[in-house]
Amino acid sequence: MISDQDLGITLIAIAPFLAAALAPFIHRFTKGHSGWVLAIIPASIFIYLLGFVEQIARGEVVNAGFDWVPSYGLRLSFYLDGLSVTFALLISGIGTFIILYSGAYLKGHVHQGRFLAFMLMFMGSMLGLVLSDNLVSLFVFWELTAITSFLLIGFDHVREASRRAAIQALVITGLGGLALLAAIVLLRQFTGQWDMSAMFGWSDAIKEGGMYLPILLLVIFAAFTKSAQFPFHFWLPNAMEAPTPVSAYLHSATMVKAGVYLLARFNPVLGDTFEWSLILQVFGGFTLLWGAAMAMKQTDLKQMLAQTTIASLGLLVLLIGIGTEVAITAAVLYLVSHAFYKGALFMVAGSVDHSTGTRDIGELGGLWRAMPLTFAAAAIGVAGMAGVPATVAFMAKEEMYAILELSSISDLFTNWTTTLAIVVMILGNAMMMAVGLSMLFKVFFGEMKTTPLKPHEGSLSIWIGALVLGGFSIWAGTQLYYFTNTILIPVASSIAGYGVEASLYIKFSMLTTLPFALSTLTWILGVVIFLAIADIRAIMRSFAKNLGWSFDKIFDWLIFGLIKLSARLTDFLHHGRLEIYLYVVFVGFALALILPLFGNFALPTMPPIETISFYEGGIFAMALVGLAAVVMAKTRLVAIVSLGIQGFAVALIFMLFGAPDLGFTQFMVETLSVVILALVMTRLHLDQRDFRAPMEIIRDGGLALIVGVGVTLVMFSVLQTTLDTRLSDFFTLTSVPLAHGSNIVNVILVDYRGLDTLGEISVVLAAGIAIIALIRIRSGGPQTGSGILKKITGGRRKKTAMANKTSKTSKVAKASKSTRAVSSRKASPAKSKASVEKGRKPA
Amino acid sequence: MKTVIFKTIAPALTAIMVVFSIFVLLRGHNEPGGGFIGGLIAASAIAIYGIAVGVENVRKALKFDPISMAGFGVFIASFAGLLSLGQSFPFLTGLWGYIPFGETKITVSTPMLFDIGVYFAVVGTIGAVALALEEEDDDK
Repeated sequence: MISDQDLGITLIAIAPFLAAALAPFIHRFTKGHSGWVLAIIPASIFIYLLGFVEQIARGEVVNAGFDWVPSYGLRLSFYLDGLSVTFALLISGIGTFIILYSGAYLKGHVHQGRFLAFMLMFMGSMLGLVLSDNLVSLFVFWELTAITSFLLIGFDHVREASRRAAIQALVITGLGGLALLAAIVLLRQFTGQWDMSAMFGWSDAIKEGGMYLPILLLVIFAAFTKSAQFPFHFWLPNAMEAPTPVSAYLHSATMVKAGVYLLARFNPVLGDTFEWSLILQVFGGFTLLWGAAMAMKQTDLKQMLAQTTIASLGLLVLLIGIGTEVAITAAVLYLVSHAFYKGALFMVAGSVDHSTGTRDIGELGGLWRAMPLTFAAAAIGVAGMAGVPATVAFMAKEEMYAILELSSISDLFTNWTTTLAIVVMILGNAMMMAVGLSMLFKVFFGEMKTTPLKPHEGSLSIWIGALVLGGFSIWAGTQLYYFTNTILIPVASSIAGYGVEASLYIKFSMLTTLPFALSTLTWILGVVIFLAIADIRAIMRSFAKNLGWSFDKIFDWLIFGLIKLSARLTDFLHHGRLEIYLYVVFVGFALALILPLFGNFALPTMPPIETISFYEGGIFAMALVGLAAVVMAKTRLVAIVSLGIQGFAVALIFMLFGAPDLGFTQFMVETLSVVILALVMTRLHLDQRDFRAPMEIIRDGGLALIVGVGVTLVMFSVLQTTLDTRLSDFFTLTSVPLAHGSNIVNVILVDYRGLDTLGEISVVLAAGIAIIALIRIRSGGPQTGSGILKKITGGRRKKTAMANKTSKTSKVAKASKSTRAVSSRKASPAKSKASVEKGRKPA
Repeated sequence: MKTVIFKTIAPALTAIMVVFSIFVLLRGHNEPGGGFIGGLIAASAIAIYGIAVGVENVRKALKFDPISMAGFGVFIASFAGLLSLGQSFPFLTGLWGYIPFGETKITVSTPMLFDIGVYFAVVGTIGAVALALEEEDDDK
């Protein structure tokens, strides 16, 4: 039975897609207000999800869904627990403001309707991803996020940089998607389950089983590519080519968090092992430092934010890798606070760009007067980045540093990994804070600078999102009791896999604790770095300039290498020499026939020959005459016709031995083969005679003999096996009662195996279209082959003077008279060869 | 082809072959024959006629482009399969009906429709290829 709840929860993921289908039309009717209209969808999803919060805070989970492919046990199932609902709330909540923001940001853009449709599709994919219980649907939604983000990043597709960034993001996250698919298949093989929720009970078995490491590596690879972890981080800064609403949505709160979500989701199943913590901590920590350091190099607002996002993702991975209760709590707090402040800051960056025409902090200054509301949002955002008390980020930082439990100084050395992690976090946080401060001060304070556009505050939809997110940041940072019980504990519990206890509070006694001291250290360090940031930037830039390579360049090198390799491979396999194609096919065929016989070390015995009646003998004689005529034929045309004689003899044999349908078909096929071969021959303008050197005769004849002997031997060995007549018995018995037909061959074709026949006639049609296209190209029609193909055929023309590819333009005037008549072709070989040479140039 | 005998006899031969191909197609379910063989016979007829009177004339006589006929064939074969979906049977399940016709009755069925689709697909494709190959000799 489908309950309302099943339908409702499924609609969370599906409704955005439906809205996306309508978005362009809605946009056409509502014009500038389409953002407001379409924002209703995510807003209602948000409100609907809020209804589950209380239930989930009590520690319950909600399962819902439909049967998908029941025969494979697949369900389109959804699973609502703390983790998924919080993610879904963030996606739909921030999504509401992003849609509003997109409505204003791209106002008047020709393709705004399309843009909104892409955004909604992305939102649906993301919601489906986080709510999916079934791993197959999780994968489908995972790939959908990759595809929709490809569309969004490449939205401004007339610019090459956008296209390149879009392809880069798709290639890298797509690779991760394939890894995820492999991991899912392995998990299914091992557990026999498709559902994530069912995996939780298998945790120990998976960890002890031999497939643990492959599964772990695949899942981590998928998560790292999606969440831009080092060394797969470089696509994220490039993805800033996308319009700012995309960056604010995909690259702060949603898509890049999908990898973190995956790790958090799999933590109860795969986590808490040495390999897990080692890989996550090393890569997460390094990514944190790398991203934070690279952020200092940038002067473009969006680039700064993108690099700090990489750093934040690294921090989250690091915390999940540490995996203690405190670390998980910290990860949840940081996840939520980052979504709030980074989303807000991206919107601020877009707002500044929109109103001044530039995003470079060197060209901006003193904007606080002109854009007070944007400034307020930016200030709250940067406060979050710096972890100032009263924002939820402060609590996140306190919780992070609480990982370090010191009873004595020597603990610093005995737990050196924790100490190292803390040092990395302090450094990373300080650098991010410095970047935040430099954004705030450079852009909003100091002297007003002349910008391409006159600075002004944007419309309501532009600044409302950033301000509301900032408000949430403060709300969560102050309403700690409520926040802890409704969000923090449920999420942390679903990541940890057991009930986590946490209580957050702000009081004066905190001031003397170790975490607060570390926070203070971070602030001091942050300010110091901020003061020196201009020098650091100069040093890093000159260093990068001298280095001469980057991950981007490696990526390009790999991609272009791949293209060159495939061109080479195509060149090698697809050389255009018909002769060699035929050799490869027949030598392969001969090997396939002969080698299995050697495997048995026994030649099949000759089957007993019954007496042959005179007419049977006559037919065999006819076949032999045809064969001899083929070998002896002076001209190609005679050889083709002689081959027809041989084929007709075979058709007669079929007739005699009780296969009239087969014989009938064989007659027709032989006739048509001869006709079509003859027609082809007339068009190729080949020599009438088939000259071969003695060596070639031995080689070709030998190969033909080997294949012939091989086929004969295989026939003999087939005859030695007992014939399994179950199928033919079945068809004989049932063809009349079941299929109302007594010609079994035809009944099989159109009824029992109708689907095969349908496939076959489709192939026949497709092949026919391809043949006609080839003939038209040869007749000098439009040539639309790929560049590579042309290059190859062009380079090989001299060698393949006789092959059909050569005479692309076959309007060979001189040879035409003689080729019209098939049988009376008199053109001299030399002449037609010469005209082929001439004919190469388009007539 | 310029021989008088062939030119004279080809139209008659073509007509007989086409009629015969339809006969073979329709009797196929119970006796040797069927859409595939019928299609090959009709395609041969087209090829012969093309050699005798020229491709232009064949195209005129056919009215439809042969490759469109092939597409039509695949279409009605699929359509024959889809009909059973309407009766909530799986795709391509054979449906049978009998129309009384005087003394006897005419059997109609989706496998027959399917076989007609095969016929068109084969005659269209092979015919189109044969005509395309013959064509170039004409327009030179």
